[in-house]
Amino acid sequence: MKCLVTGGNVKVLGKAVHSLSRIGEELYLEPLEDGLSLRTVNSSRSAYACFLFAPLFFQQYQAAAPGQEALRCKILMKSFLAAFRSLAMVEKSVEKCCISLNGRSSRLVVQLHCRYGVRKTHNLSFQDCESLQAIFDPALCSHVLRAPARVLGEAVLPFPPALAEVTLGIGCGRRVILRSYQEEEADSSVRAMVTEMSIGEEDFQQLQAQEGAAITFCLKEFRGLLSFAESANLSLSIHFDAPGRPAIFAVKDILLDGHFVLATMSESDLHSPAPHRLVPPLQAHSTPHLDDFANDDIDSYMIAMETTVDSEGSRAGPSIPLSPGLRPPCSPGPYSEDNDAEPSTEPGTPPPKKFRSLFFGSILAPAHSPPGPSPVLAEDSEGEG
Amino acid sequence: MKFRAKIVDAACLNHFTRVSAMVAKLAKICTLRISPQTLNFILSDKVAGGGVSMWCELEQENFFSEFQMEGVSAENNAIYLELTSENLSRALKTAQNARALKVKLTNKHFPCLTVSIELLSVSSSSRIVTHDIPVKVIPRKLWKDLQEPTVPNSDVSIYLPVLKTMKSIVEKMRNLSSHLIIEANLSGDLNLKIETELVCVTTHFKDLGNPPLASEDASQDRDPEQMAEVRIDIRKLLQFLAGQQVNPTRAVCNIVSNKLVHFDLLHEDVSLQYFIPAFS
Repeated sequence: MKCLVTGGNVKVLGKAVHSLSRIGEELYLEPLEDGLSLRTVNSSRSAYACFLFAPLFFQQYQAAAPGQEALRCKILMKSFLAAFRSLAMVEKSVEKCCISLNGRSSRLVVQLHCRYGVRKTHNLSFQDCESLQAIFDPALCSHVLRAPARVLGEAVLPFPPALAEVTLGIGCGRRVILRSYQEEEADSSVRAMVTEMSIGEEDFQQLQAQEGAAITFCLKEFRGLLSFAESANLSLSIHFDAPGRPAIFAVKDILLDGHFVLATMSESDLHSPAPHRLVPPLQAHSTPHLDDFANDDIDSYMIAMETTVDSEGSRAGPSIPLSPGLRPPCSPGPYSEDNDAEPSTEPGTPPPKKFRSLFFGSILAPAHSPPGPSPVLAEDSEGEG
Repeated sequence: MKFRAKIVDAACLNHFTRVSAMVAKLAKICTLRISPQTLNFILSDKVAGGGVSMWCELEQENFFSEFQMEGVSAENNAIYLELTSENLSRALKTAQNARALKVKLTNKHFPCLTVSIELLSVSSSSRIVTHDIPVKVIPRKLWKDLQEPTVPNSDVSIYLPVLKTMKSIVEKMRNLSSHLIIEANLSGDLNLKIETELVCVTTHFKDLGNPPLASEDASQDRDPEQMAEVRIDIRKLLQFLAGQQVNPTRAVCNIVSNKLVHFDLLHEDVSLQYFIPAFS
């Protein structure tokens, strides 16, 4: 394999590697007929990311030496990232980047041709591996959202960088809602702040989802793709289905496409055993206008004074867990009495493992998987040869 | 109990954001006291805080275009809430380009201060950010611990030098010692001193000026050159200085010899009082 990247594309490649490094520790590099594919998966196999760079992205692209089979390799993400560590430096001084796989010496060579005749060569050792395949099809997902990366970037701005999970859903008036997701600990005396961002439908290029549809996924992993999309000024589309089914985040242009497939929390993960679950209905905040005080439900402000401040004193409507997919279309009013879903009181269970492995969940729970091919599958590259 | 307030002016919003950022640097958990005319951020001098106490006060009408509150009862028309200061600071920071900000006391399974921000948006539809900050309502019987601290009769009262300068000096001194001595006199001299086995370092500030003394007796008895000193934990001083991002409109330091140092600042229209006890 031999490929040559020049000019601004070197930084794009570097940015893609930075994104991938947010997901996994190992990079699977595979030169294909339709381009160079860079893939990774996280250790719990609940997140998969892949970039495919079309041959046109490169000044020169040769998947394999004539007559030879293309080599697939697996390298330490850290090592590959080292070549593109400082994107500012890459942008300023790298003129060309040549990546070649030398089967004989089993080295992946990344050579950066920089200004003033400086050449930096990274010789990375690699391992042969099976192809890391995840089978997923965005077309099979019932819901799609698409927006310029800038809009989504602004949408996640209010959330703290440390926030692990976020819930994305469609609220009243077809507003797109992002809400911080907090695992509710039963004995927590210090509760976390909950942040919610509500964006109008008009900001989206495509919104094909019904009100009440929602998924909860790892924000940190999503930020990896988002920062790439923002720097490349691309639109990002989000394809999702019922909770528990993986969500597909995609960017595309003529020279490349990127897919991040992230596990989402399933219904049973969301119904925590903790009694004071802070999962107000998604529509509670979905008012498109900043309401005047006159419209506020006065009762929601009243707090019984001398009682404890636990939710026994709560005067708000029935606590309604987030149960997307099952929820009827939203009714008006923040604390509507129409929704009759009660929080499930499961007996105390150990903290649920949040994201089931994307790759094994559908195999282990055949009852829940849809008919037809399982949505996501990957061969364990360590396993069968 | 009811509380709801609204800010529509950008300058007021920025100022309020700066105040909350300052409070977040000074106290991890603080009490917010809401009364018809004022808002207070309070840190009481519990042992947990190391004896440091803070009283920050602002007139609500300088910030809010709408302000409605109903306290616990007619006689006790105030609300005391305990919250993590950083939450409020973080919430306000997201209101950079806000058209309007609303704060209200709500009950979402537990009491919250809900900050609702309508953002300016390029597109026709507005964007709304909502933060639910969990709060603990403080019962009336604990209010007595959260009253405005009485200003002690100080031995010396002096204007402070530029706080940024003070901060960079104290930062360097912190590497050498865990205690610092602040001393000042009525001739406008202030010294910051550290003394270790190996070295003593003193920084002298001169011609700072002294505010007029409140009580006549004290000024007559005291030799203007005589220093009043107090030894304090250097980290507490540093924490106080780190909270002052902007140089205040007015900054006074009152020293009660060997007992207490009291900083009395004014940031435009917001007053801040900070008490650091002597290291025992």
